[in-house]
Amino acid sequence: MSDIATTMPADGGPAQPLVFHEAQDHHPENGTLLGFWIYLMSDCLVFACLFAAYGVLGREYAGGPTGKEVLELPTVALNTTLLLLSSITYGFAVLEMQRDRRNPMLVWLIITGLLGAGFLTIELREFAHLISIGAGPQRSAFLSSFFTLVGTHGLHVTCGILWLIVLMIQVLKKGLIPANKRRLMCLSMFWHFLDVVWVGVFSFVYLMGVLP
Amino acid sequence: MSAHDGGQPAHDDHGHDDLGIHATLKGYLTGFVLACVLTIIPFWIVMSGGFAKSSTTAVFVLGLAAVQIVVHMIYFLHMNAKSEGGWNMLALVFTIVLVVITLSGSIWIMYHLNSNMMPTMMDPSNLP
Repeated sequence: MSDIATTMPADGGPAQPLVFHEAQDHHPENGTLLGFWIYLMSDCLVFACLFAAYGVLGREYAGGPTGKEVLELPTVALNTTLLLLSSITYGFAVLEMQRDRRNPMLVWLIITGLLGAGFLTIELREFAHLISIGAGPQRSAFLSSFFTLVGTHGLHVTCGILWLIVLMIQVLKKGLIPANKRRLMCLSMFWHFLDVVWVGVFSFVYLMGVLP
Repeated sequence: MSAHDGGQPAHDDHGHDDLGIHATLKGYLTGFVLACVLTIIPFWIVMSGGFAKSSTTAVFVLGLAAVQIVVHMIYFLHMNAKSEGGWNMLALVFTIVLVVITLSGSIWIMYHLNSNMMPTMMDPSNLP
């Protein structure tokens, strides 16, 4: 109580700022972001298990095609570029969100979504090509673990794009209210997290997979 | 109750403070450039044939991936020791410990599984 008495003259203002601070003391948004972070960490464990499975089975070709034969690095380089670009465009969207500029933010979000869709298209074409040449997930342990790991990441990207679309509709309808900003920050973490996982995928699966 | 906060001046736009994250253009661009460099180097090494020993290349690629993940964490995910009062970092460290145990443990245990198991199982003379 004595604190208030001493700080009020320091503020140089009336008691309004104090009331204002009491009103926003609880910061419920931080709880959401922390909770979402913990979800991401548990997702990280899912991927760790899939990476471990790939690490164990990645060289078990069962007489089928090897990584060097079926993995195409130029395609992966293009995919990596798309995902990295989508990360930075989401970053630009967050910057516009902080400045409360709705339309530029939506434009960046659309670009992000298109880059994500491009990534998915290329990945699905790669999968279709592999299956068409008889290198489907049932061919060998290597391909099973490959499809599971890369496919799970692709599934996450798909969910991210759906979430992005839903959020854009919400922002269009209700504007940049605090709840929407909080959701956008959660999706931001999710999207950047997927890029982190992809760093592991292209390094551990593709680049190391083509090594002799 | 909020006497501790009373000393601070009122925030102009508390939208930032509600989210607890201050993203800056400079931060994103720094992260992007670093991530690009750290992506191009391993791709270039592997696509140009790599080092003479593939294990050297593998270590190099994994090392660069680890650095790139740290770059993403700091510049894109805005990780630092103080965010969310340190709980973020605590969860991250715990996860890293579990990931390292899962990955290194699985690979360590399973690496020689074939060479250890298959001959004994297939060769009848080894059966008691």
